[in-house]
Amino acid sequence: MTLDSKIPSGPLKDKWDKHRFEMKLINPANRRKYKILMVGTGLAGASAAASLAELGYNVETFTYNDSPRRAHSIAAQGGINAAKNYQNDGDSIWRLFYDTVKGGDFRSREANVYRLAQVSVDIIDQCVAQGVPFAREYGGLLDNRSFGGAQVSRTFYARGQTGQQLLLGAYSALVRQIGLGKVKSHVRKEMMDVVIINGTARGIVTRDLVTGKIESHWGDAVCLATGGYGNVFFLSTNAQACNVTAAYRAYKKGAFFANPCFTQIHPTCIPVSSDHQSKLTLMSESLRNDGRIWVPKKKGDKRPPNEIPEEERDYYLERKYPSFGNLAPRDISSRSAKEVCDEGRGVAATGYGVYLDFSEAIQRLGKKTIEERYGNLFEMYERITGVDPYKEPMQIYPASHYTMGGLWVDYNLQSTIPGLHVLGEANFSDHGANRLGASALMQGLADGYYVIPYTIAHFLASNKLEKVDENHPEFKKAEEEAKDKINKLMSIKGKRTPSSFHKELGKVMWDKVGMGRNAKGLKEAIEEIPKIREEFWKNLNVTGESNDLNIALEKANRVADFLEFAEVLAWDALEREESCGAHFREEYQYEDGEAKRDDEHFAHVAAWEYTGVGNKPIRHQEELVFENVKLAVRSYK
Amino acid sequence: MKLTLHIWRQKNAQSKGHFEKFQMNDVSEDMSFLEMLDLLNERLISEGKDAIAFDHDCREGICGACSLTINGTPHGPEAATTTCQLHMRKFKDGDTLYIEPFRSRAFPVIKDLIVDRSAFDRIMAAGGFVSVRTGQPQDANAIPISKEKADLAMDAAACIGCGACVASCPNGAAMLFVSAKISQFAMLPQGQPERKRRALNMVNQMDKEGFGACTNHYECEAVCPKKISVRFIAQMNRDYLKARILKEKD
Ligand SMILES: Cc1cc2nc3c(=O)[nH]c(=O)nc-3n(C[C@H](O)[C@H](O)[C@H](O)COP(=O)(O)OP(=O)(O)OC[C@H]3O[C@@H](n4cnc5c(N)ncnc54)[C@H](O)[C@@H]3O)c2cc1C
Ligand code: FES
Repeated sequence: MTLDSKIPSGPLKDKWDKHRFEMKLINPANRRKYKILMVGTGLAGASAAASLAELGYNVETFTYNDSPRRAHSIAAQGGINAAKNYQNDGDSIWRLFYDTVKGGDFRSREANVYRLAQVSVDIIDQCVAQGVPFAREYGGLLDNRSFGGAQVSRTFYARGQTGQQLLLGAYSALVRQIGLGKVKSHVRKEMMDVVIINGTARGIVTRDLVTGKIESHWGDAVCLATGGYGNVFFLSTNAQACNVTAAYRAYKKGAFFANPCFTQIHPTCIPVSSDHQSKLTLMSESLRNDGRIWVPKKKGDKRPPNEIPEEERDYYLERKYPSFGNLAPRDISSRSAKEVCDEGRGVAATGYGVYLDFSEAIQRLGKKTIEERYGNLFEMYERITGVDPYKEPMQIYPASHYTMGGLWVDYNLQSTIPGLHVLGEANFSDHGANRLGASALMQGLADGYYVIPYTIAHFLASNKLEKVDENHPEFKKAEEEAKDKINKLMSIKGKRTPSSFHKELGKVMWDKVGMGRNAKGLKEAIEEIPKIREEFWKNLNVTGESNDLNIALEKANRVADFLEFAEVLAWDALEREESCGAHFREEYQYEDGEAKRDDEHFAHVAAWEYTGVGNKPIRHQEELVFENVKLAVRSYK
Repeated sequence: MKLTLHIWRQKNAQSKGHFEKFQMNDVSEDMSFLEMLDLLNERLISEGKDAIAFDHDCREGICGACSLTINGTPHGPEAATTTCQLHMRKFKDGDTLYIEPFRSRAFPVIKDLIVDRSAFDRIMAAGGFVSVRTGQPQDANAIPISKEKADLAMDAAACIGCGACVASCPNGAAMLFVSAKISQFAMLPQGQPERKRRALNMVNQMDKEGFGACTNHYECEAVCPKKISVRFIAQMNRDYLKARILKEKD
């Protein structure tokens, strides 16, 4: 199979306009004859569902949360990028495009990224029109801040709750359509499988998390906006329920999984404190605007931070990357933190932490300004650690945060399964090997508000779909498979809890497929993962009943998929024999420790095809063509 | 530290619930409250028992999923803190804790500590939005909004929809939740065209859902993890009255 990205021809700047003109439309009266299933109601899913319903399509949404308002997107803190150039500091669509391609270490598609930068401008207008209360200056205009990987201020924010406000904006548009009867909302329902009829995705099978009932739902098109898989590392900044199940089961049905090894480790999270830890809390990257990162120059210096004199501190990011300093991109900041900790200069209880210090900023700007900018983040930090960051520097350490990889999609956001579209973090499309801060919210909303409403119409208008409903034998078959899977999980009755397997897997992934990777470790991981999986299917214990609300069963069902998916991730990391963006292979670095990219052999997307549990999947390649930016060494010095 | 827990167990909406007692001997101060429950659940599953069901997701105090009434107070003893952000260092060795679901007529129990808060979504669907279609609206800076107004709108918008206000109110009123949304839009130019309709429709839906009336106990503000102010209730009442009078006139 050749991967056709369907990138429109013509100059970069005109591709999207031209494509929008060339795509087929569906006339307003006919739209109500179609039904679209939207799995996921985060930023991508909620914005898409609302926009499609406004156009007249019938939409059904699905979420495992008790309300669309609680999707993981709600936790995004720092902000959303847009090339508005309100600050007059030289920003432009071209610059946002360039920064994103460069930030992604030249592993994304130019055309997709350019479109993203183009529509970013509309997103802010749309959100303001919905009543999203972005931060403003005294003159009444919108305020901006800067984020890692950029030298302009293009990030819009709503205190430290930007994701919440954007999601509530999209949710309000969605509930409006629910009230109007155009959207049917299914909550506490988890997708178990996609159903494919004559080669096209025509529905899904879900499990009702309250009653345990397995149900079928048909549609004319299926969209997955099911988020990322960062929880494959067990500890991450993701919400507890985030999982790979929807994307992975689509992969098992023939959708290719692209670049799974591109996983982002966020540099500023609260370090691990104990074994009981269930998640790692992100301290927004925006803190790096005013906080300075350092460790003691001496190894094993156990003095309290305020007693370490200025000249004995190593502000290592400022030292190594003078032009970006503390705002160096995430992968670089994360790796630098690991480096100084591996050298034995780390702080925190475990020795795996670095300081993020605000004392200089408080002196310069006053406590009040700092409080205005970051008040809620400081409070959160104190609540979790018991330390007051106004008085003592924060301790931070990198943690799994975001996944650039995802289901492969073409320019229209369609996967390799016709009719199956993938939006938001669940797809692989725009961030290459590393995502810049404040660009995930932008991408989720771009996909949902401005891309999918057009491309779905084109899909529906170009394909003559047969009529199907839930009685089709393919639905019955998928229901049976889902029931079998649940029964299997329930019937093992071994000794170990679902979480214990998740933890065990997470440790292997973090140690061997985490921030620094090498062939030896990756090969070991590829041997160890199947063993954990085997043990899982022999020794798992799920208590309670399957026809009831059962949190152990929900967890086991998700862990089962992580245990298979982890292997695909490791294979991808092993076969990408270069370092690029967040994928750092220790064998491929320059003498100064910078990542060594190999454009000759790896300027492509790796898209994996399922071949059976435990079998090595088939690696396909989509070559990346760069006509508008020059492939350069990504320097932030 | 050691704790004695009395946790509400209830199989489903139809059955009657009861407290079940658990002894915890290995709780560490750094754990969050939910991590303490995770630990108990790991033990229960290992003993072949059904885990205690509770809602949670972000564990960062922002999604509004976690609930729990701890010793009679929604989200427990620490002010302005959700249950997921509450840490065990706030408790003492030997404490006895009663852990219950958020109780209210409009929030039926689904299982154990999980309640059904979908009434909030229905109130939102009745008017918690600005009717604007996705498209190419005017430039975001076309209408300046003073910083004070924008900040106040943000104060209201900070509501996480957890329902602690309802659980704390002797009347089971949802006024704080509803007024926060109404006030957010009432303070912004974008919210003006539908301001009256919104107040009428949301308040009517709130009444239909079986939430009680406000008799100024202000318990809601006291337990709100996001410190939403009861001033917004006054704002809502003004908008609602105005809308009703004008409606009666037409
Ligand atoms: C702590 C934190 C802070 C962040 N801060 C920022 C920031 O400042 N700026 C930025 O740009 N990005 C940020 N990000 C990243 C960004 O928040 C996410 O990438 C983005 O919100 C993902 O949106 P989404 O719509 O793709 O998916 P999600 O919001 O993850 O939504 C997934 C949806 O799918 C549903 N779902 C999943 N699987 C199933 C299934 N099997 N069945 C049914 N439903 C399912 C879920 O219920 C949910 O509704 C942050 C991320 C984290 C973790
Ligand atoms: S779990 Fe999200 S607010 Fe507590």
